[in-house]
Amino acid sequence: MRAATTLALLGTLLAAAPALAQEEGKLPHVNWSFSGPFGTYDRAAAQRGFQIYKEVCSNCHSLKEAYYRDLEGIGLSAAQVKAIAASVTVPTIGDDGQPAERPALPSDHFKSPFPNEKAARAALNGALPPDLSVITLAREGGADYVYGVLTGYGEPPAGMKMGEGMNYNKMFPGHQIAMPQPLQPDQVTYADGTKATLDQEAHDVVTFLEYVANPHMEERKRIGVKVILFLAMLTGITYAVKRKVWSDVH
Amino acid sequence: MAGLNKSDFKNPVVNWIDTRLPLFTLMNKEYAVFPTPRNFNYLWNFGALASVALVLMIVTGIFLAMNYTPDGSMAFDSVERIMRDVNYGWLLRYAHANGASMFFLVVYVHIFRGLYYGSYKTPRELLWMLGVVILLLMMATAFMGYVLPWGQMSFWGATVITNLFSAFPVVGNAIVTWLWGGFAVGDPTLHRFFSLHYLLPFVIFAVVFLHVIALHITGSNNPLGIDVKSPQDTLPFHPYYTIKDSVGLCVFFLVWSFFIFFEPNFFANPDNYIPANPLQTPSEIVPEWYLLPFYAILRSVPNKLGGVLMMFGSILVLFVIPWLDTSPVRSAKFRPIWRALFWVLVASTIALGFVGAHRPEGWWVVLGRVATTYYFLHFLVLMPIVGKLERPLPLPESISRPVISRGGGPLPGGAPAKPMEKP
Repeated sequence: MRAATTLALLGTLLAAAPALAQEEGKLPHVNWSFSGPFGTYDRAAAQRGFQIYKEVCSNCHSLKEAYYRDLEGIGLSAAQVKAIAASVTVPTIGDDGQPAERPALPSDHFKSPFPNEKAARAALNGALPPDLSVITLAREGGADYVYGVLTGYGEPPAGMKMGEGMNYNKMFPGHQIAMPQPLQPDQVTYADGTKATLDQEAHDVVTFLEYVANPHMEERKRIGVKVILFLAMLTGITYAVKRKVWSDVH
Repeated sequence: MAGLNKSDFKNPVVNWIDTRLPLFTLMNKEYAVFPTPRNFNYLWNFGALASVALVLMIVTGIFLAMNYTPDGSMAFDSVERIMRDVNYGWLLRYAHANGASMFFLVVYVHIFRGLYYGSYKTPRELLWMLGVVILLLMMATAFMGYVLPWGQMSFWGATVITNLFSAFPVVGNAIVTWLWGGFAVGDPTLHRFFSLHYLLPFVIFAVVFLHVIALHITGSNNPLGIDVKSPQDTLPFHPYYTIKDSVGLCVFFLVWSFFIFFEPNFFANPDNYIPANPLQTPSEIVPEWYLLPFYAILRSVPNKLGGVLMMFGSILVLFVIPWLDTSPVRSAKFRPIWRALFWVLVASTIALGFVGAHRPEGWWVVLGRVATTYYFLHFLVLMPIVGKLERPLPLPESISRPVISRGGGPLPGGAPAKPMEKP
């Protein structure tokens, strides 16, 4: 029985291959502030991105690995973070032992929109919106791919049969996605006056999500530059010592 | 009757200890004055690099284990907690995850170096076989380590690989249930994999210890593959090879650091950032790059049991190559035909790596089968035959002569080829 399952599994890999080899949308090439060995997060874009997450994405998508205090990393002050956290209530156990609610603290994880998977599926036509904490790491193509999905909606090509409640997306594998187009031009009003085009919104929210997935990226690269410089020097010195030590042999 | 060690160390404390427990004498004999062939190239760095990689994997692993929870419902989140909450947890995890790739990288270079220069031949058969044991242990350890983050690829990789044992007739399914600790990959599997992933590196360490003892009994092979004949052929290990290994170590750390700090997810599969879901199979299940050639061999055989046997056989065959190789000459430098075939083997192995990463369709299937066939042909057929038929180039008289006069190559008027003397 189990052998059959495995065979079926391996068989699926073999047989399903041609069917799955769909022509996927071309990955857009966005010039991200965080790419390259010296890249950093564009704070303004990440803050605008947080606004989009808060006003749009967070209606369905959780960000459960992140903490409210992480928002300090995109340039918000401690007081601002405290206020953002306090605007959310999270479940707790009261002193009387009964379930109660309290305002969230900066040390709390982001509150998820649904208490559990079943609640999410019940509310969303059976679909489960993925958690976005590491979404740019969890997809081939990373930030470019997420940007591509957010900007990849459109009319299905003539003759393409769409599933019930599905939406056409040129980036998404299979081109049928359950999520309706989440971002529209001018969906949000930016406080800093930036024009909220679809491209701008997608760019901003992806910058924010990339930050959430890699909150230590800037520190990592900063240390990395020092480590590489140090090791490069050490390599040079060690090689010079090696030449000196070996000079009586050659 | 046992006696005290006559220690030459001047420092009274060192001398006192060394008289009773001659560790200092041992270290001095095995690592300081240890006579080492003078003609090593930088490929002889890789054994030292591998042992450093092992130690760093153990150290980073111990700290990761302090913060990791091997429970199906908590493992994925605990890894993310390491990345976000633990001080320099991201550094520990990226060093460890990329360290696995770095460890395999240097070990593979180490193995191919041994194959090229005939380091497996008499009298180093046991040394070589211990190395193959280390490779097998490393693969088991790496596989179980990859399961621990409990992402999609962790879960489904564990499912596919453990299921391989079901190919064995009669006992297969019982073995799989026994491995899982249940009727599917689940919590008990994760717990035992964590336990074994913590245990096996120390077993590896013990076998490495034996590997090094065996090395210090036979002495190292060298690029010419000829035996050390006189003290002129050797140099004391320290300072000559401590400094040469240090150069390689610096470069190794440079490469490792590049991945840790700038491309930490280069070797990672995006699917493993999706929490394990037993109800949803990823579109493709691929192992880490260092296991791809074996995965390709597995899939190149159209029969499941056959594939499993060939996959295990591809490593087991390495145990017997000291006896499959009939050539009296060690180094491929003096074996023109064998040298060419060595590179065909390298190309086949790399091709198998690419085959393993692609869906088995079209030309990939053909390439996989051709490369698999060559892999076994190389060891089982060509190795005994070419060893007998090939006419090796003349071997140099000694290690010291070509090194002094020409910096590597054999002397023009070198001694004619003769079988290496057997003790």
